[in-house]
Amino acid sequence: MPLSINHLLGMQGVPREDIQLILDTATTFKEVLERPIKKVPTLQGKTVVNLFYESSTRTRISFELAEKRLSADSINFSVSGSSVSKGETFKDTVKNIEAMKVDFVVVRHASAGVPQYLTRISNSIIINAGDGTHEHPTQALLDMYSIREKLGRLEGLKVCIVGDISHSRVALSNIYGLKTMGADVSVCGPATMIPRYVEQIGVKVIHNIDEAIQENDVLNVLRIQLERKAREYFPSLREYNTYYGLTTERIEKNGKNVLILHPGPINRGVEISSEVADGPAQIILEQVTNGVAVRMAVLYLLGTKHS
Amino acid sequence: MKILLKNITLVHPLYKLNKKTNVLIDNGIISKTGNISAEESADAKVFDMNNKIAAPGFFDMHVHLREPGREDEETVVTGCNSAARGGFTGVACMPNTEPAIDSAEVVNLILSKAAGHLVDVYPVAAATAERKGEVISPIAELVEAGAVGFSDDGVAIKTARVLRRVMEYAKMYDKPVIEHCEEETLAGGAMNEGINSTLLGLPPLPSVAEDLTVMRDIMMCEYTGARLHIAHISTKGAVELVRQAKAKGLNVTAEVAPHHFTLTDDSIKTYDTNYKMNPPLRTQQDIDAMIEGLRDGTIDCIATDHAPHAIEEKEMEFEYAPNGIVGLETAVGISLTELYQKKILTIEKLIEKMAINPRKILNLEIPSFEVGEKANMTILDLTEVWTVETSRFVSKCKNSPFDKRLLTGRAIASINNGRMYYQDKFLQ
Ligand SMILES: [Zn+2]
Repeated sequence: MPLSINHLLGMQGVPREDIQLILDTATTFKEVLERPIKKVPTLQGKTVVNLFYESSTRTRISFELAEKRLSADSINFSVSGSSVSKGETFKDTVKNIEAMKVDFVVVRHASAGVPQYLTRISNSIIINAGDGTHEHPTQALLDMYSIREKLGRLEGLKVCIVGDISHSRVALSNIYGLKTMGADVSVCGPATMIPRYVEQIGVKVIHNIDEAIQENDVLNVLRIQLERKAREYFPSLREYNTYYGLTTERIEKNGKNVLILHPGPINRGVEISSEVADGPAQIILEQVTNGVAVRMAVLYLLGTKHS
Repeated sequence: MKILLKNITLVHPLYKLNKKTNVLIDNGIISKTGNISAEESADAKVFDMNNKIAAPGFFDMHVHLREPGREDEETVVTGCNSAARGGFTGVACMPNTEPAIDSAEVVNLILSKAAGHLVDVYPVAAATAERKGEVISPIAELVEAGAVGFSDDGVAIKTARVLRRVMEYAKMYDKPVIEHCEEETLAGGAMNEGINSTLLGLPPLPSVAEDLTVMRDIMMCEYTGARLHIAHISTKGAVELVRQAKAKGLNVTAEVAPHHFTLTDDSIKTYDTNYKMNPPLRTQQDIDAMIEGLRDGTIDCIATDHAPHAIEEKEMEFEYAPNGIVGLETAVGISLTELYQKKILTIEKLIEKMAINPRKILNLEIPSFEVGEKANMTILDLTEVWTVETSRFVSKCKNSPFDKRLLTGRAIASINNGRMYYQDKFLQ
């Protein structure tokens, strides 16, 4: 069975069978990554453009590596700032890239909805690498992959996303994906960081981190934005760390085994202590490895579907 | 030019008039009604208007004509053509041009561009210099030049302090202060805050931002005794505040745009920028409040917020795309379909909201059908079923969320200033 989707724009509406297929395929590719020669010829002759309107070295490198491991030709196209600043419009840039006969566009953009917009103006396969505060589907897929690999399942698990939910693209993608796979999803953070209407999508809201630890099997801890603009959402880093920071004492106090995920890059001593970030409960570096395998799976499944 | 409108039904709520008759118009003046002999109409163009209604010419008190500054998007003349095609014989144009309408020179420029057109143009001047909210504009001079109201549209008047001064000054000339109600510190989002903004990940614009400014403005209206007009009202909360203010007897009026009583933020699901406007599309609850406000008179009139934008500006990332839609050529059809056909407003009430009340708010003379008066009328076919084709708009721009929408009822002709617009042509 091929994927039902033609592009990966977000996790919203992606059926369970598709997620299952991507995660299973990623398992195969992870084995490839363990080999001495980590390359397969699957996407030979295909061209992938990594169109990054926002710098994100990690995500870009992960995609680039996935593309190279699949033997695709990849081109990086990075634009700093937005198309609002003088110069070529987004549409013109895309039309120019299209003219170079590409097969995939992996897009990262600060404005939500750009991947959807791209499907209207481009004939390539579109993969969303993060759009505004909307979605970041490959991050959610790799998070789900990592949880499944560690705990053996997703169905029936209780997963809490901790931190700035309002300004996170990771949160929404995780919520959609995990719920589709039958997990029970909650969010935890101060009220200023929780979208006002999030309960309407079937997510429980928790404001107390101890409660979040007690009630859940998995905590997916988000990075706190340190820029000044983000600072109106919480009084101080000290207060955030005191009330929401994940520490060993806090986990032990609640006497619970929880699996800790973090999409990175981490702020040690803010949302997570070094002890936790390097400790036995976390799989943060494993997530990075899995990210390449999952992105290979997505590229492979979308690419072979079309040919 | 001599025109004979045969078997036309004149409807004029102010005169309690609803009567089928013949109307002879000679050189723009209603010269005779009733029985008109063949001799009297010998050299007239004859239009059989059986089953058609003539209302006093419709008036849109909130349009953006873009001139001066963005003549690539619209000019006074193309905007007026769009108005005539949509069934409007008069418009009030908003001051967020470049430069802003904050001097007599700009008022004169606009009036000179509009001279001789079928559509009458009345500039609304900026409330403050360059619409910056700091120094009040030369209100007396602007009134003398022909400004009919004052507004910093695009934004609300920045501070309560300046608002107070503008209101005190405008009150001396009995001109309304027209407010775009949006609390600045809560502004900046791309769509209404709600479940849809959460799902789409777009920066939210909460309805409370509108409510707060409406409340501030009403309190200042009460304090100064000035006239306050709320532009493009869009939230349930704001309608309730206006209702309470009216019950208190305050000089508050309000307008609503057709898109705010027909579309919800559900439409944004595909990030189509044709649905991006400010105020943003809200929820069904808000639409219900608009309908109730129109029904009970809390909302005095319908105004389009006509805001043409070049295709290349609308075709971009949702967050960066400009706000607004071409409104003049769909407003009458949408209002007839959504309000008259659905029995929310009688035709008389609809005419009040589209022809009479806007002129009352701006202190303008209301066209009558008396013999000897200037013929200023909009002719309606209440039953024609038609499809909106944005490609046929005569506005310079085509940005509208109503493309391909099926409507019942339309304005088939506009008559004013000795000219007639009929079947996509000006006759004179
Ligand atoms: Zn406005």
